[in-house]
Amino acid sequence: MSSTTNDSAARPNIGAVEARSTAALTEARISVRNLDFYYAANKALKSIDVDFPDRQVTGMIGPSGCGKSTLLRVLNRMYDLYPGQRATGEVLLDGTNIIAPGIDLNQLRSRIGMVFQKPTPFPMSIYENIAFGVNLHERLSKSQMDERVEWSLTRAALWEEVKDRLTTSAMGLSGGQQQRLCIARTIAVRPEVILFDEPTSALDPISTLKIEELIDELKRDFTIVIVTHNMQQAARCADQVAFFYLGELVEVGTATQMFTSPRERRTQEYITGRFG
Amino acid sequence: MSHSLASPAKPLASASRTSSVGDVVFAAIAKAAGVFVLLLLGAIIVSLFIGGWPTFRAFGMGFLFNADWDPVQNVFGGAVPIYGTLVTAVLAIVMAVPLAFGIAFYLTELAPSWFRRPVGTAIELLAAVPSIIYGMWGFFMIVPFMAEWVQPPLIDALSDIPVVGALFKGPPFGTGIFTASLILAVMILPFIAATMRDVFQTVPAVYKESAYGLGCTTWEVMRSIVIPYTRVSVVGGIMLGLGRALGETMAVTFVIGNTNRLSTSLFGPGNTIASIVALEFPESQAGSLKLSSLLALGFILFVISFIVLAISRTLLRPGAK
Repeated sequence: MSSTTNDSAARPNIGAVEARSTAALTEARISVRNLDFYYAANKALKSIDVDFPDRQVTGMIGPSGCGKSTLLRVLNRMYDLYPGQRATGEVLLDGTNIIAPGIDLNQLRSRIGMVFQKPTPFPMSIYENIAFGVNLHERLSKSQMDERVEWSLTRAALWEEVKDRLTTSAMGLSGGQQQRLCIARTIAVRPEVILFDEPTSALDPISTLKIEELIDELKRDFTIVIVTHNMQQAARCADQVAFFYLGELVEVGTATQMFTSPRERRTQEYITGRFG
Repeated sequence: MSHSLASPAKPLASASRTSSVGDVVFAAIAKAAGVFVLLLLGAIIVSLFIGGWPTFRAFGMGFLFNADWDPVQNVFGGAVPIYGTLVTAVLAIVMAVPLAFGIAFYLTELAPSWFRRPVGTAIELLAAVPSIIYGMWGFFMIVPFMAEWVQPPLIDALSDIPVVGALFKGPPFGTGIFTASLILAVMILPFIAATMRDVFQTVPAVYKESAYGLGCTTWEVMRSIVIPYTRVSVVGGIMLGLGRALGETMAVTFVIGNTNRLSTSLFGPGNTIASIVALEFPESQAGSLKLSSLLALGFILFVISFIVLAISRTLLRPGAK
């Protein structure tokens, strides 16, 4: 299912090296076809073709300014908030081109959730932070909402830590807890896809580890795309890895293949730390 | 190593480049300038209070609630102008705030970027129009318009309703409390709109994106993220507008009707503290109880504005929550 810019042939040969990820990639949940992206006149993504496999983790790596975050922000149309930014091509979610005009953005964003670089708890209680997103899309009774809040906080590995203080302000949580709250808030809406934009870059190593374990656990139910600067993180979390450089998708393949036998010299140089 | 490192350190206590006398003198001048502001403020309050003292002594707290203003009998009460001041200011806020919110919301979230600058500049220019211009414009344009087109239908439609109807009774002169409030609303609109726009822009983009990322509409982001985040500063901006509305003189004097009669109707004529002082001050004899009453009213206005502006300052200071 993987493809590269210069070659979309057979599945890459998976070596004997043991990786944390599963070996084979599943069917695509999102397919990006011939995507170009512009910040005003500046072309930030150049004819990108990539598939995001269903209920697996795709890690997007590359040096700063390579376009990986830009691609993430295309997937939930976040770029639409800013005038002058536009995308051409196709991004297919279950066969629908989500960058075409006439797409219901609010509904799209309920299907494709996003977790940001910095934790962004809203200035309200822990409970309300979760209920807020749910209330946008569903009408739940109090008991149903209680259940949903517990479910999402449990899935985000935060329930045990906050179950006795759900009504206190979310601003009082630690940075790592706040980020897990943001994850809980995102999954409470029950999206199909979750986008992570460098979710651990503002966190300490222990919180980082927790988030990574969480991502591994969440992929049973959600298709996950994660942008990261951290090569080890990509190796630990991702099933599929995509390497971007200067707005181009240089190479994409299974994590094992990318980290053991990259086909492109630029990929090899980047993952061995020779630039970027 | 060089010898300079071994040489004794420069004595820190002595002034090396400037004379210490110069420092002391300059510090004293700067301090005096700072203290002068406080003294000036204090002197104004004290002189108003002393000037108003004969009135406070003669009428006591009753001055605040007595609606009679009778120079012939030498009986003075401040209820009419105090009532007029508060009602016009509050009504102006009620009319200006929704419009200001709409302007700020449009400019920060909805307007195309090429349109934001001209509208933003227009708001700032509106704030720069002298109040006498608003007064003339109000008197020659708004008052006839109100008398012809606004007040008659409102009086016809609403004056028969119990309780509420009392607010809309009376002949449609065009002048009166409602018209004064309308002019005031236009005058304070730019201040409130500009403050709201500025504080809305302080909301970090990542919070708004988080909310959009959950599937919020622009309005839901505004209501659930931007307004709670800026609530305190928004109230501070409204207080700033209220403070200006309380003290505005010329524009109000043109259109309020200048009558010392307590009227339940918003279309009836009235007075504000500022307008009564402006009109009657020149006709008051030195040492008279009338002059003292005007000074007492001035003192009351000062206190009200001071409180409102102090609240506004407190709410608008950076980091206020």
